[in-house]
Amino acid sequence: MNHAITANNLTKRFGDFTAVDAISFEVDKGEIFGFLGANGAGKTTAMRMLTGLSRPTEGEAMVAGYDVYREPEQIKRRIGYMSQKFSLYEDLKVRENIRFYGGIYGLPRKQVRQEADRLIEELGMSEFANSLVSGIPLGWRQKLAFSIAILHRPAIVFLDEPTGGVDPVTRRQFWEMIYKTANEGTTVFVTTHYMDEAEYCNRVSIMVEGRIAALDTPQAMKASFGVETMNEVFLRLTRPGG
Amino acid sequence: MIQTQNLRKSYGTTPALRGINLQVQPGELFGLIGPDGAGKTTLIRILATLLLADEGSAQLDHKDVVADYRAIRRSIGYMPGRFSLYQDLTVEENLTFFATIFGTTIEENYELIRDIYVQLEPFKDRRAGKLSGGMKQKLALCCALIHKPTVLLLDEPTTGVDPVSRQEFWEMLQRLKAKNITILVSTPYMDEASLCDRVALMQDGAILQVDEPDSIVNSYDKPLLAVKTANIYQLIQDLRQFEPAHTVFPFGEYVHLSLKSVVWPELIHGYLLDRGHADIEIKQAMPTIEDIFMEKSQV
Repeated sequence: MNHAITANNLTKRFGDFTAVDAISFEVDKGEIFGFLGANGAGKTTAMRMLTGLSRPTEGEAMVAGYDVYREPEQIKRRIGYMSQKFSLYEDLKVRENIRFYGGIYGLPRKQVRQEADRLIEELGMSEFANSLVSGIPLGWRQKLAFSIAILHRPAIVFLDEPTGGVDPVTRRQFWEMIYKTANEGTTVFVTTHYMDEAEYCNRVSIMVEGRIAALDTPQAMKASFGVETMNEVFLRLTRPGG
Repeated sequence: MIQTQNLRKSYGTTPALRGINLQVQPGELFGLIGPDGAGKTTLIRILATLLLADEGSAQLDHKDVVADYRAIRRSIGYMPGRFSLYQDLTVEENLTFFATIFGTTIEENYELIRDIYVQLEPFKDRRAGKLSGGMKQKLALCCALIHKPTVLLLDEPTTGVDPVSRQEFWEMLQRLKAKNITILVSTPYMDEASLCDRVALMQDGAILQVDEPDSIVNSYDKPLLAVKTANIYQLIQDLRQFEPAHTVFPFGEYVHLSLKSVVWPELIHGYLLDRGHADIEIKQAMPTIEDIFMEKSQV
């Protein structure tokens, strides 16, 4: 199996409202896959199904080799998740957060200790190791949250708008961490509102009203619309005539 | 229209503004561009007379933000970063409420908000808390405009909003500018700088540069190349070891390589071939606001 994710006519309805309307796509192992769409297009609902948090109404999906209906618990163990809004416990210290998540993912205590030392060293965060997360700058927090999301070496890491509000240098350091992770074989599934960030992805899908309106490499998408930026591609797809 | 002299503000021991000097001309659409923690919100709150500076002074339309705060509050429209309307009032009730506070009516100044309000009118009986993000933002703008202010202070109105709603919002600001309203707007999205008449790039409580967006981009003074190979991650590592390299940053599908001095592309090509890269592409790059911001913020 060479796909980290396969979705086939994956659908979610809430009453009469179809939030995700029969989407089909595949994500390769080690790929950086951008999952874009306007607010309310169905991204979050789709992501909740793929992470085993929400049962689809119809269709099929395999994530990290497991079925979203029958094996959601196995999926949760094989993935990492990070969002801008919530990832770390602000009233725990940096080292405590690492230990907490290590424990949740069932890593042996000794390994968690070693990983904590390695992470703090690699991120250059020694000065913050015993600070509460609430007191450290946003950029550091987000790099730490990402490192923790991949602490248990997941097959796939889901990033939900990971870089909002971060300065451009830190944002790039963050993307370098993503490249490194993908280079080591972890699949990266990322949503973002920064259209220029879509261009960092190997392939990108754009959701419009519950459906996947386009899926391709950023280069191919720009070429097919004859435009210079992903922002223009996005506007063409989501605002016909605009 | 807006002036500040050496504004300073700290929260405890953390400095938020480190001496801000700013001049915004009447009728200007002026952008404060910077990441979270740059001091944008603190500056806007001081100008909105909601926060006192530790040092320095500021005037809006020649009125002092401390001595003349009552007069200023009548003549500005302020949209805070967090949605601050009454969630359990309807769209229309919120707007009526704000009009009444300022001693006016929706009808009296309808002309100013018509373009925006027509999009909200189908939902006028809906509670504000039940609106979508883009709609909330439009309602907040209407409420900030209903008393016909001469200055609009907008704190990150487009943060977390999708690109379509962002574009619509900027189109609304252009129309308001045409009606001679001075607009000060903050944003963490660097690409929005090009939509302003002038911008101040902010970082860590200080202004890095103030100018027209084009002039800022043209002020970049190092050779800049866009480089791409089959393995971007390895490319970044290898370019960092390249002696003539000044900075190396990923930029979408390319890597932006700025150089200490001019280097023949053939030399870079050879260097990358030696390190086993394939599908090498090297071309001149146009600097963006982000290139400038990163250059300035690293000094």
